Amino acid sequence: MSKRIDVKDLNVYYTNFLAVEDVNIEIEAKSVTAFIGPSGCGKSTFLRTLNRMHEVIPGGRVEGEVLLDGDNLYESGVDPVTVRSQIGMVFQRPNPFPTMSIKDNVLAGVKLNNKKISRSDADALVEKSLRGANLWNEVKDRLDKPGSGLSGGQQQRLCIARTIAVKPQVILMDEPCSALDPISTLAIEDLINELKNEFTVVIVTHNMQQAARVSDKTAFFNIAGTGKPGKLIEYAETATIFSNPGVKATEDYVSGRFG
Amino acid sequence: MNTLTTNKLPKNPRQQPGRPPVARKRNALSKGHLPRWALPGIAVGSLILGAAGSTLGGFSVVTFAIYTAIIFVVASSTITTLVEGARRGKNALATHLVYAAFLLALIPLASVLYTVLEKGLPGINTHFLFHSMNGITGATDNASVEDGTPVLGGAYHAVIGTLLITLWSSLISVPVGMLTAIYLVEYGKNGPLARGITFFVDVMTGIPSIVAGLFATALFAVLMGPTARMGIVAAVALSVLMIPTVVRSTEEMLKIVPNELREAAYALGVRKWRTIAKVVIPTAISGIASGVTLAIARVIGETAPILVTAGLANNINVNVFGNWMATLPTFIYYQILTPTSPTNVDPSIQRAWAAALLLIVMVMVLNLGARLIASLFAPKKGR
Repeated sequence: MSKRIDVKDLNVYYTNFLAVEDVNIEIEAKSVTAFIGPSGCGKSTFLRTLNRMHEVIPGGRVEGEVLLDGDNLYESGVDPVTVRSQIGMVFQRPNPFPTMSIKDNVLAGVKLNNKKISRSDADALVEKSLRGANLWNEVKDRLDKPGSGLSGGQQQRLCIARTIAVKPQVILMDEPCSALDPISTLAIEDLINELKNEFTVVIVTHNMQQAARVSDKTAFFNIAGTGKPGKLIEYAETATIFSNPGVKATEDYVSGRFG
Repeated sequence: MNTLTTNKLPKNPRQQPGRPPVARKRNALSKGHLPRWALPGIAVGSLILGAAGSTLGGFSVVTFAIYTAIIFVVASSTITTLVEGARRGKNALATHLVYAAFLLALIPLASVLYTVLEKGLPGINTHFLFHSMNGITGATDNASVEDGTPVLGGAYHAVIGTLLITLWSSLISVPVGMLTAIYLVEYGKNGPLARGITFFVDVMTGIPSIVAGLFATALFAVLMGPTARMGIVAAVALSVLMIPTVVRSTEEMLKIVPNELREAAYALGVRKWRTIAKVVIPTAISGIASGVTLAIARVIGETAPILVTAGLANNINVNVFGNWMATLPTFIYYQILTPTSPTNVDPSIQRAWAAALLLIVMVMVLNLGARLIASLFAPKKGR
């Protein structure tokens, strides 16, 4: 249950401002791909184009193709809602729904769409998703309590559980650990390693050690200067990017010389 | 030795006989400090001075209160400045001015409550609550005054009228107002239409209530003939006044729902209208509910638009689509202005005050209801 993503000649705009220019990238199914690069280089913007969340921002639009197993997400007639139910997303800050219990948060993708689900199926889905997010043992006794009462790391894992409960093909993660402490970060990194068995995972991170730890392939984005578009500089096996990068800018970045 | 730690030494050095007595050193960070009794002392002093000052020009409670307040504010800030420094002095001045403003704002409220309770309570009884003015004439009032029997006639019809007209105006304006606010926040995106709507909502906020009443009368005159006066016309007039308030408060509440929640729902493959209906509105519902209640409280006491739209009735009318209707404000207005018995006005005035008390109680119950709704719907906290 996972699909590959191929991006061809993608330009990302905010109204008329070109934010990310000419990206070509192939993301393998059942792999972890990390996007690294300095702040403002467009990695998060680019990530949001992969499930059509970019156009939620007023003025956001793209040119080019994003193929999910060969199907273009941006073809006219494609419903962004269908795209998003296949490509899930975890955000930088944990954002469980404050009006819902832990259980309802996990079931949000099902319930908000008014899909009928039997009680036993719902319970099974909640347990499976929470186990999948390594959260089951911590919350199994308080499933009916509000999700906002959990710690930050638990909330983020709850958001991951919520995402995998809708059984997507791909999971996008936008700096999922940047608001978390090292122990919660470790829990999520372990989780990413497990998620790889079932899903295609794409993760944006500021933390290069994290990219090195969790990802199979790494893409380095960079920006020439303020007001210039971000570009994909280099995309290769993670080991190559960190030990033997092909581009000078990548080497400077991963060795800490700038950024 | 660190100057910060000196004040942590035992207060009485004699308790530790092994050590030589240490003179307690003043903390370098601390400044002079007024003793705890200083402020109450200043307050008592200003009370005495205020009383003395106001007696000079003939004692009155008003001058006494004003003199006391001025003397207290000036004295407390000056003394604080002298003892504790300029910053503390300014703090004391601002704090006491704020308290004074608060007390000033409280005076009319307390006065209104006291007067209405004092004059209204004698008129409140089950007869008043559950009987209309049907059949009550000047002769009835004259008889009850001459015989010393309880005043007959009540406000039941007006309570029913107030509740029905307010209910119908809420039924009209809450959906219209909420949907407008949803359009403005979720769909309008500050486009020309949204900006136009916002402008006209602002204009509507400033419409005088009598104009709203005349608008409703004119509208129904065109639709149903010039004598169309009934509850629903009044409800339309009131909803003209309610809609802008509902739009404004709902808009503000929807705006503070974090965008992250909308994005979280979109990322789960939830449609926009479902996201609005099941995530955005539930998150904001407590604020929306209190906004709607405030809007109702604003229109429930309107008199002028009711007079020109629903007329006045002495009998019970539960049909908003036919015949004239009374509400509590128009009931009060007519009881005071044209007493039922021109020679014995006391029964009418008693009924007016009792109705005023009822109206205040109704608004208060509404507000409590809104708080209840707000706390029931509020996002749950706790673990």
